[in-house]
Amino acid sequence: MLGRYVNNLNKRTHRFSNFSRTYKICVVGSGPGAFYTAQELLKRSGAEIDIFERLPVPFGLVRYGVAPDHPEVKNCINGFTSLMQTRRCRFYGNVNVGKDISVEQLRSAYNGVVLAYGAENNRKLGIPGEDISGCYAAREFVGWYNGIPSMAGLKPDLSCENVVIFGHGNVALDVARMLLSPVAVLEKTDISGAALETLINSKIRNVYIIGRRGPLQTAFTIKEFRELTKLPNCHGHLDKNVFTDLNSIIPDLARPRRRLTELMMKTALSEKTAELCQQTGSQHWHMKFNRSPTEVLSSPNCRRVSGIRMEINKLEKTSEAVRAVGSGKFEDLACGLVISSIGYKSIAIDENVPFDAVTGIIPNVKGRVVSKRLYCSGWVKRGPIGVIASTMKDAFETAEMISEDMKQDNLPTSSCFGFEEIAKYLDQKGVRYVTFEDWNKIDAHEKYLGRMKNKPREKLTSVVEMLNVIDTP
Amino acid sequence: MTSIFCLRVTINFVERDGEVVSVKAKLGETLLDVAKDYDISLEGACEGTLACSTCHLILKPEIYETLPEPTDEELDMLDLAFGLSDTSRLGCQITITQEMDNMTVEVPKESYDVRQ
Repeated sequence: MLGRYVNNLNKRTHRFSNFSRTYKICVVGSGPGAFYTAQELLKRSGAEIDIFERLPVPFGLVRYGVAPDHPEVKNCINGFTSLMQTRRCRFYGNVNVGKDISVEQLRSAYNGVVLAYGAENNRKLGIPGEDISGCYAAREFVGWYNGIPSMAGLKPDLSCENVVIFGHGNVALDVARMLLSPVAVLEKTDISGAALETLINSKIRNVYIIGRRGPLQTAFTIKEFRELTKLPNCHGHLDKNVFTDLNSIIPDLARPRRRLTELMMKTALSEKTAELCQQTGSQHWHMKFNRSPTEVLSSPNCRRVSGIRMEINKLEKTSEAVRAVGSGKFEDLACGLVISSIGYKSIAIDENVPFDAVTGIIPNVKGRVVSKRLYCSGWVKRGPIGVIASTMKDAFETAEMISEDMKQDNLPTSSCFGFEEIAKYLDQKGVRYVTFEDWNKIDAHEKYLGRMKNKPREKLTSVVEMLNVIDTP
Repeated sequence: MTSIFCLRVTINFVERDGEVVSVKAKLGETLLDVAKDYDISLEGACEGTLACSTCHLILKPEIYETLPEPTDEELDMLDLAFGLSDTSRLGCQITITQEMDNMTVEVPKESYDVRQ
């Protein structure tokens, strides 16, 4: 429910003079990076903001990335929705910037353009066999269980007993948790209907979560790890030996790393009786360290994943980082499914926008892109790391830069036509754009479908379906 | 007799820019509730459900000591907060009591990411 947590833009901190009333700003993307930039800019200035989104539905990775069993994290949607109730913020969905409309066209229609389109691609393992059936990027898998239209046809085969997930970040733990959670939990979430059906019939018993480096280099956060340890009828296994040397180091670690390492160690050391592990129907996760995948193995005739070959690493400390170095020793693990969760990656959407292909971000200084009137925010600004709080802080910084540029007269106030101009291009191209009112219809429809199944929502998983709902009187 | 629900105490918020904002808070509300009502720059993205760290506040040691220990779940979220201190708490987990009258709490200024 919208309540006291909504954004009131007329209260104490939101005094602004006339300086910024004539600015028209557009934001490309509608995830947390986009909405938090818009929110802060609305607070700091009198600017009007248009948000462009490729899909007909808003909220980016809050809708399609946050795990279905983390509904509390999605509460930020209420705040974003309240922004749309101000007359100064609008949403235009089903508009693909870079295809339907260029960044140059946006720059001519708006005083400033903020690129906040996130990271829609992923890093690859870069090993033989990665393209074999049964090997997925976590991004695809997450998109599938969250009902993103582009992944609706993924249909992963979960009839195997062993799954290997590469990566020690929160996405890897999300995927593991989704594979190991009881159906009774999942069916009450907004997980896609197709994914739920597949998970109900899953035969998976063991999930291996494998990282290149050691327990001190993991990227996941303690909440996600703690959730794994609390899964019902599921047992966690970590190699005790990896932790033996850490006892003396732990007290000197910074608090977050210390608490996480302590919890991992406690889990590693807690004795599991053999009979507990053999219980029929019980599931297991195994966290393994110091291993790099070198090849996805396949059964010769059926072109499906049959296992993974890994090289065992030694850790080498350099002045800047701890590096994993191959030891020349290898190990094979049989599995029917491989999910690589080694990071998202942004792509360039317009050749006129600078883009660093190595780091995968738009080069920027605190959100300002080299050319004036162009800004970036969120993962395309900073790289695909951090939780929503990090993205929020980062978005506020970009908004601060924009409002600073307004104050310093670095943003021309020449009369821009804003969406009026863009609408002409879209109409010419026959692009059917949708508004926030249209999204409200989709939202209501999804919630209605959800009520039939006792879940918070059943997401529509095709753009055509979404547009049909909008067109239904 | 005055009903307990009408009792109010003064809370002094130190904003990011150093400005001190003194507000009247009802007993039984949380610090996040109060901050929202008075538009202190505290986000509360997850709406007080212990799923984010955006209502992170820094308390004075003498107040921090008197409060019940934070739960593991709150500490887990605080570990992701920017500018974490020894007396950090989440605003959504602190319920206003009479003893807190005239206390000062700080919206953290420091900005670093624990994962970098």
